[in-house]
Amino acid sequence: MASMPDIIFMLIIFFMVTTVLRETEIQVRTTLPRAEALTKIDQKRLVSYVYMGPLKLADNRLGDTSVQIDDALIEDTNAIRNIMYRKLLEQPKLIVSIRADESSEMGIVIDVQQELREAGTLRINYSSKPEIL
Amino acid sequence: MAGLLKKKKEREGGEIPTASMADIAFLLLIFFLVTTTINVDTGIGMTLPPKLDEDQEPPPVKERNMLKILVNAEGRVLIEDVPSTVQRVREEVKKHTLNEGEDPRYAESIAQAIVSFKTDRQTPYEIYIDVIDEIWMAYREMWDAEARMRGFVGGYASYKEYIEENDEEDLIRKKIKAQISIAEPDAG
Repeated sequence: MASMPDIIFMLIIFFMVTTVLRETEIQVRTTLPRAEALTKIDQKRLVSYVYMGPLKLADNRLGDTSVQIDDALIEDTNAIRNIMYRKLLEQPKLIVSIRADESSEMGIVIDVQQELREAGTLRINYSSKPEIL
Repeated sequence: MAGLLKKKKEREGGEIPTASMADIAFLLLIFFLVTTTINVDTGIGMTLPPKLDEDQEPPPVKERNMLKILVNAEGRVLIEDVPSTVQRVREEVKKHTLNEGEDPRYAESIAQAIVSFKTDRQTPYEIYIDVIDEIWMAYREMWDAEARMRGFVGGYASYKEYIEENDEEDLIRKKIKAQISIAEPDAG
């Protein structure tokens, strides 16, 4: 009985260490597509996310497809190259994880990809969920 | 008087009550349990081609060595100008890559085989991922088959384990390179 607080403290420490407090509020809907050929990214520190999808509006309505990086919505896709270039300087092994909504059109995805090529961030990852069997 | 003194002495030797410690710890535990999101990010990894200089032409590729996969806005698939389905992509990629010059419609050798994938700007992302997934699965199956040929019953995964242990070069992926070219959609 005396060891109970110790055990609980151990658990607390485990969860404290693994917890990532959500620092970004995602303003676009990202229902990820499903895929089979998945790989896991273990090094979370290397990952930077690009969100793409219909803007979430009030009353559960959806707006136009938008791009979000970190906290900000990107109005002009040409700005992405500078953002990503700066991130690449900070983290040369940067992996850009594209979290795009399954209903997005390829046009915007390709535009973002072209920007990533301009910035030189060539390692990308199409975020997707495992297939339900 | 004596009773009062005795009481004071008892207080001095008092301990911090530990009975509530477990409760406090539990409360903290529940807080962290609720806020924790143990989500491992999964996805399909790709490497984009580096940007070409303006006067630099893309490297020439023989028509024959390129398996052209086209997907239009309705999600209809065209493989080498023949109407097809997403499910067929995997078979076609395997046939193309492992052809070794046999069938004139497919690649001359494994090293030269390239898969070219092009979509419309209106193609839904979901279908794009479906096709990319099929292409990658084709390569994975080829790596698995190659690993089994080299005596690794568990397929490519056990081969990879083996080379990581022995710090060897990945000969399978060197032999069967995943060469996927994602073409830019035409404007429109």
